[in-house]
Amino acid sequence: MSGNLTLDSYIGKVVQVMTCDGRQVFGTLEGYDHSTNVVLQDASERVFSTDGVTNVPLGIYMIRGDNVACVGEVDTELDNRIDFENVTVPPLGAIWEMN
Amino acid sequence: MVGKEVIVEFKNDFMLTGTLHSVDQYLNMKVTDISVHNPEKYPYMISVKNAFIRGSVIRYVHLPTESVNFPLLQDSTRKEIMNNRKEKKAPAAEA
Repeated sequence: MSGNLTLDSYIGKVVQVMTCDGRQVFGTLEGYDHSTNVVLQDASERVFSTDGVTNVPLGIYMIRGDNVACVGEVDTELDNRIDFENVTVPPLGAIWEMN
Repeated sequence: MVGKEVIVEFKNDFMLTGTLHSVDQYLNMKVTDISVHNPEKYPYMISVKNAFIRGSVIRYVHLPTESVNFPLLQDSTRKEIMNNRKEKKAPAAEA
């Protein structure tokens, strides 16, 4: 689902994919296609909860485009500066329409 | 609209503020210089400065009122409606 807008500029960079069920998956963008299917290397899921933050390593991940809400370019410097240990937030909700 | 500051509201109530960089036919958007507008509703914001948003997950795009040219908008909408009506009549005439 991509017209003139592409994810070209994010290839090889660390990105954060927000999925339609409210999950955050981090990884290096290896590839994508016109349906916004996305392949991530060294992927890990950052799970937020009221008890704190945990990271779940996933290896190589492919996320189906239908389930992709947003692909954000991570500023690794900024990311390293944040102390996630103390972040307690309820998890993000899902996008109800999951076509 | 490109270059304007917008607030994108997702279908899961997540909100994102940034400068509209580009849009495509599916209303996918690239937003740069992202900042937190509503009080850290989601801490995800901090390390991401620009993002690609899939059109299908957007509920609203809040635009600054000043940047919307209402007369122009109404005119083009009217023209669009006229064109659609003509297209409806034309194939009927040909058939």
